[in-house]
Amino acid sequence: MAPDSPVVLNDAVVVIGAFPVLAGANLTVRSGEIVLLRGPNGAGKTTLLRLCAGLIELKRGRGRVLGHDLSTDRWSVRHRVGLLGHANGLYPDLTVRENVAFWGRTVGATDAEIAAALRRMALDARLADVQISRLSAGQRRRTALAALVARRAELWLLDEPHAGLDAAGRDELDEVLRQAARAGATIMVASHELERAGTLATRQVEVVAGQVRDSGATS
Amino acid sequence: MSERRHAFASVRATARLIAVKDLRIERRGRVLTNQVLPFALIVMVMFAFALDSDAVLERVAPGLVWLATLFSTLFVIARSFAVEGSDGALDQLRTSGAPSAGIFLGKALALMVQLLVLVVVLVVAAVVLYRADLSWQGGVLLVTTAVAATGGLAAVGTLYGGLSAGAKGRETLLPLLVLPVVAPVLIGATRATESAFGTNGIAVGEGWPWLGLLAVFAVLFGVTGAIAFGSLLDE
Repeated sequence: MAPDSPVVLNDAVVVIGAFPVLAGANLTVRSGEIVLLRGPNGAGKTTLLRLCAGLIELKRGRGRVLGHDLSTDRWSVRHRVGLLGHANGLYPDLTVRENVAFWGRTVGATDAEIAAALRRMALDARLADVQISRLSAGQRRRTALAALVARRAELWLLDEPHAGLDAAGRDELDEVLRQAARAGATIMVASHELERAGTLATRQVEVVAGQVRDSGATS
Repeated sequence: MSERRHAFASVRATARLIAVKDLRIERRGRVLTNQVLPFALIVMVMFAFALDSDAVLERVAPGLVWLATLFSTLFVIARSFAVEGSDGALDQLRTSGAPSAGIFLGKALALMVQLLVLVVVLVVAAVVLYRADLSWQGGVLLVTTAVAATGGLAAVGTLYGGLSAGAKGRETLLPLLVLPVVAPVLIGATRATESAFGTNGIAVGEGWPWLGLLAVFAVLFGVTGAIAFGSLLDE
């Protein structure tokens, strides 16, 4: 695998139950790209993200994520990726700082790295000590992204990241993702909000019936 | 050798991280103090109403303490995994790369601490409600019994809590999985507590052999859980 291609899938097949959710997907994602995955419900977008996170077994075909073979070494992928699904993966009874520190410390992040992650997501001193249960949806999303930063995620896999956010929250999220990409993160976004996600993405791919079609660069 | 030491340190650090997190969540949420403890005390009072005889209550007090503990344990286990599932934290744990043995041991340790608090309150309730006697030698046996028994319950609870975490109907599945498996804890802890209370004239010394059963149970499920928990989380 070329070092500048964090994700390479060749004829990847994923079967859930008896149903092939991914039926020979081919995809290469280059470092620093923001790739939009679009397609109808049930097309396989979420499965594609979970495959790249090392959470799902590859039935046939080949796949490498961050240099790790998905057939033989998918567990090594996990601590290098950040998967953010419909949920935020936060503990509502803990504060912003406690959540970000907890997830950061699972990979041995230092206090300085945790503080930097909070700063990068504009979670200032006033917000950092507020419990998650008292935050708006946008603030929770920012906290979840700060946790990805603290976890030193190199590949961000985001499933409908704009869901539940108001217009200001969506703008804020897009800016955060652009900054993360500029800082070196590679981002894959599954979204139904094509107009918004389309302006954010550097490339779009279409997922239809478990197949991936490259729709080309957008910027 | 150094790699093995590093892996051990990583498991220990993860266990500490998870245990501190779970206990902090419990301290903030107060589910143990505001819901589980009152439930356990109500069970003890209901037993007293149902049996309605001081002599009988004094005789069966050890068994009632551990039955109330078992029933309440189910709530504590369910809560421990509900906090992971409520906002998708379980998926984050899977992708965190944290060693699964550390996650298991951390969650089991936090459960054990909560169960120890529960047992202390229930023993005090038994002394007050059922007039159970407790000498200082009996107290030493009871504390040791509580540590070993709650260790075993916590290990089983974490193992089966992880197994049922993503399952349909997990609320009803959990008791079906846990209660039959912890029967040896119920028997061993009840016999040891009978000795500690001096129920039916049983000497304190007769209770110590039951600790062997409790210790073996705790170690067996602790080791099994630490090994198997990663596969369970993946399912």
